[in-house]
Amino acid sequence: MKKTAIKTAKRRVASAVFIKDLRIEARSRVVTNQVLPFAGLIMVMFAFALDNDDVLQRVAGGLIWLATIFSLFIIVQRSFAIDTSDSALDSLRVAGIDLSAVFLGKAIALSLQLIALDIVLIAAAFLLYQVQVSVIGLVLLVTCVACATTGLGFVGTLYGGLTAGTNGRETLLPLLLLPVVAPVLIAATRATEAAFGSGGAAISEGWAWVGLLAIFAAVFGVGGSLAFGPLIDE
Amino acid sequence: MLSQSAPKFSSTGTQATRIVGVLTIVVMTWVVISGLVFTPADVVQGESVRIMYVHVPSAWIAYLAFIVTAITSAFYIFAKRHSLGFDRVAGASAEVGVMFMVITLVTGSLWGRLTWGEFWQWDPRLTTTAFLLVTYIGYLAVRRLDGSIEQRARRSAVIALLAVLEIPLVHFSVVFWRSLHQRATILDPNGDVKMDGLMLFTLFSGVVGFTLVFVWLILHRQRTMLLSDLANQSGLDAAILARQNENVSN
Repeated sequence: MKKTAIKTAKRRVASAVFIKDLRIEARSRVVTNQVLPFAGLIMVMFAFALDNDDVLQRVAGGLIWLATIFSLFIIVQRSFAIDTSDSALDSLRVAGIDLSAVFLGKAIALSLQLIALDIVLIAAAFLLYQVQVSVIGLVLLVTCVACATTGLGFVGTLYGGLTAGTNGRETLLPLLLLPVVAPVLIAATRATEAAFGSGGAAISEGWAWVGLLAIFAAVFGVGGSLAFGPLIDE
Repeated sequence: MLSQSAPKFSSTGTQATRIVGVLTIVVMTWVVISGLVFTPADVVQGESVRIMYVHVPSAWIAYLAFIVTAITSAFYIFAKRHSLGFDRVAGASAEVGVMFMVITLVTGSLWGRLTWGEFWQWDPRLTTTAFLLVTYIGYLAVRRLDGSIEQRARRSAVIALLAVLEIPLVHFSVVFWRSLHQRATILDPNGDVKMDGLMLFTLFSGVVGFTLVFVWLILHRQRTMLLSDLANQSGLDAAILARQNENVSN
C-alpha cells in the first residue's frame, strides 16, 4: 500500500516537472526561436564546409547527430539556468521531493524537445543533402531517434544537474558530456546511415546500433535516477 | 569531518615513503639501463621496441589508477562512515592516472609513427584510452568546482562511478566501429610467450618500477591534499573566530 503511494507520488512529481519544463518552453519559445535556427545553421555551415553533394549524402547521418549534440548543450544549460536562477531546484530539494522523479520529468521533457529538433534536422537533410529513405528505413530511423534522444535526455539531465549553478558551467558541461555521448554519436550515426542507405549500408546493419542505443538509454536512465539526487544535493 | 587540530606532520614524507622512494629509484635505474643498453633490438620493429618499456607499464598504471579511483569512490559513497581519506586517494589516483595516460598516448603515438607510419589510428583501444583521458580530465575539473570538501567528495565520487558505466559503452561502440591495435604479445591466449627473456624481464621490471612510482606519488599527493584541506578549514575557522572576537570587542 505504502509502496503504491510512493510510486504514485513519484509519477505525479515527474509529470509535474515534465509539464512545467514544456510549459516554460511553450511560453519562452527558446527552442523554436533560437535552438532550431542554430541547428539549421549548423547543417548549412556543414554544406558550405564540405561543398560536395556526394560527401554530404554520405555523411548526412553524422551531421544530423552532431547538430543534435551541439544543440543539446544549449537546451540543457537553458533548462537548468531557469531552475537555478531563482533557486527553484533548491526549493524542490527543501520540499523533500524525490529527486529521481525530478530527474525523470526533466529528462523526458528534454527528450521530447530533442525529438522535435531531430524532425527538423532530418527534414533539413532531405532538403539540403538530398538523402532518401525507404519505408523500412523510416521505421529504423524513427526507432533510432526515439532511443538516441531518450539516452541523450537522461545523460544531459544528469550532467546538467551537476554543473547547474557552478562557475564555468558553459565549458564544463561539454567537457563532461562529450565523452559520455560518444557511443550515442557513433551508434545513432551508423543507424541513420543504414536507414538512408548511405555508402551502400544495408538497413539490417542499423538494428544492432539501435540495440546499443537502447542499452545506453537503460544504463543512464537507471544510473541517472540513482545519481541525480547525490549530485545536486547540497 | 576534518579534524580541526593542526596537522601532526610538516612534510608528506614518512619512513614508508622513503623506502618506496629508494626502491623506485633502484628499479627505474635498472629499467632505463636495461631498456636502452642491455636488451636487443626487435627483429621486426628494430630500436622502436624500446618504447614498449615505457608505454606498456604506463598504460598499466593509467588503468590501475582509474580502477583505484573507482573503488575508493565506491567506498566513499557506500561506506557507513563517508571517510574523506577515500576521496583524497581517489583524487590523487585520478591525477596520477591522467599523467600516465598522457605518457601512454604520447609514447603510443611515437611507436605508431615508426610502426604504422602514422601518429594516430582510430583503433578501439586507442580511442577508448583517449576518451578515458578526457573523462578523467572532466573528473578533475569537477573536483575543482565551488563548494565544501564534502560536496567535492560526493560529486566526484558519483562522477567516477558514472565513468565506470561509461567506459565499457564507449569501448564496445568503438570495437563495433573498427579494430587495428597490435594484438597482445605477452599475454597470448595460448600461453605462448614470444619474447626474448631479458626483454620480458625488463618489461616486467618496468611494470614494477612504474607501480612503485604510482604508489609513491599517491602517498605524497593524498597527504598534500589533506594539508590543503586542513589549511582551508583552519583559514575558515580563523576568519570565523576573528569575526566573533570583533563582536565581543564591540
